[in-house]
Amino acid sequence: MTTRTDTISPAPPRTRRDWTWVARQPLVGPLAALILAVVVFSIGSPRFLSPYNLSLIGQQSIVIGILAVAQTIVILTAGIDLSIGAIAVLGTIVMAKTVQSAGGVGALLIALVVCVAVGAINGSLASFLRLPPFIVTLGTFTAVAAASQLYAGSATYPVTDPLLTFFGQDFGIGAWRTTLGVGLLVVVYAVTFYVLNQTAGGKHVYAVGGNPTAARFTGIKINRTLLMVYIMTGVIAMIAAWAALGRIPNADPNAYQTANLDTITAVVIGGTSLFGGRGSVVGTLIGTLIVGVLRNGLTLIGVDNLYQNIATGVLVILAVAFDQIARRRTQ
Amino acid sequence: MTNSPTVVLEAKNLVKRYGSVTAINGADFELRAGEVLAVIGDNGAGKSSLIKALSGALVPDSGEIRMDGEPVRFRTTLDARHHGIETVYQDLAVIPALDIASNVFLGRELRKKGFLGTVLRQLDKPRMRAESMQHLTDLKIGVKSATQAVETLSGGQRQGVAVVRSAAFGKRVIIMDEPTAALGVRESGMVMDLIRQIRERGLPVILISHDMPHVFEVADRIHVHRLGKRTAVVDPKVRSMAEVVALMTGALEPSEEEKNGGA
Repeated sequence: MTTRTDTISPAPPRTRRDWTWVARQPLVGPLAALILAVVVFSIGSPRFLSPYNLSLIGQQSIVIGILAVAQTIVILTAGIDLSIGAIAVLGTIVMAKTVQSAGGVGALLIALVVCVAVGAINGSLASFLRLPPFIVTLGTFTAVAAASQLYAGSATYPVTDPLLTFFGQDFGIGAWRTTLGVGLLVVVYAVTFYVLNQTAGGKHVYAVGGNPTAARFTGIKINRTLLMVYIMTGVIAMIAAWAALGRIPNADPNAYQTANLDTITAVVIGGTSLFGGRGSVVGTLIGTLIVGVLRNGLTLIGVDNLYQNIATGVLVILAVAFDQIARRRTQ
Repeated sequence: MTNSPTVVLEAKNLVKRYGSVTAINGADFELRAGEVLAVIGDNGAGKSSLIKALSGALVPDSGEIRMDGEPVRFRTTLDARHHGIETVYQDLAVIPALDIASNVFLGRELRKKGFLGTVLRQLDKPRMRAESMQHLTDLKIGVKSATQAVETLSGGQRQGVAVVRSAAFGKRVIIMDEPTAALGVRESGMVMDLIRQIRERGLPVILISHDMPHVFEVADRIHVHRLGKRTAVVDPKVRSMAEVVALMTGALEPSEEEKNGGA
């Protein structure tokens, strides 16, 4: 019996010109788009690069940016969460309505329990009952949005409690001032980045989304991973609700109506694949900033809000098309 | 033969029924130390059910599985893995977007020592990379770095990563379920080499394959499965491919010795 002596060598070099390497550098596209947008708008408007305006972009990105972190984790598992914005809105109302009797800390804890409970319902249905996350979260979105209206009695609640509006406070150096909410945004991204890249749990999120069969064979508990992911979305939704009251100290059941879809926009523009297993929160942060810069910049140069929506929509479709084509090329 | 060979894993009279269908019908099985045992059988002969019972993916209704002579019960694949039995599946059970080291250690990640590992649960990436590279080098799988994403590898290399994962953690038995089914000719040959290298390290391999030339290339003995049970164990140096196929389909009767599990 002869034994081959050669080793399993790397794949043969590509002969034809091939641009799929771009797909394997998933942050290149989004980063280039962000830089392009910044350059264009700083030429178009002298106010764009002012410290005040940059802080404003940051502040306008806080709530969607934080929620987009949760959306990223869900999409990495090949799921989707249509209820995330509605959970956060419910969180703001719970905080605003319980703060009188329970105090600031109590209100935060009650909101945390409520948000985690909704996340756990999503997670249980998506994992143990294996229902499609799209349908599950569409259902909880509808129910939670209605529950918010009922609980609020279709009224809005101004919030004055210093703890609940904590993230509205200023901080900064010299002319560069911004709110603590922007700091919170950065912290949420940093913590999630650490968990996804430096812990086993994070690797399992990618595994469950990338190849669930293989994940099961290697002994990963898929249901537990999915449940944890949706519980985390509840936690992050509560944090976003807290940050939202810092930004606008008023709990309104009609606020953040488009938040669910805006988070998906940020995630997709950031290069995370809707098919799961591929992407990063860094991309999502860039995606959030692209949308923020685009809306802010277009406003500064006097473009109507509706045209901004069209621009964002085109961007989302381009991002998904890019992902699809790259996937086909690499397979 | 003067001294009887050491039996690592054996099964006696396994039965598994699904309603009126009998998937395993009193099957016996015997794997000896340091051998490559091929398991072959027609579609529907029940060989995959047998393998599932041995890897813990299926719990037999009756019968007995023994490791080193001790009775064992596998209720899940994790039970089998705790006994040192690792399985490589045909459909390239790797996570494309994760790097090689993450794939090799998937589900068994190493954490850093001290505060970083116990409280912050930080992975020990340098150690996982170094150990992965060591295993890859041992099995002569040439990759540049363990930080490469598995999706950048060829099919043979990907299967190599899956094999490395099993070889790295399988302390007693490696089961390979159609490991070349998704691969081309050249890459299949590489997987055959991997099987030989694992045998050279003293680990016995159970190879389930449809590919007769492969089976005859690497197997020390061939377990022929037919109608839910072992019909013969044959020596590939004694029987020809045509004869083994005939045994598999029932066209040929095995010898008494072959019926009883071979020499």
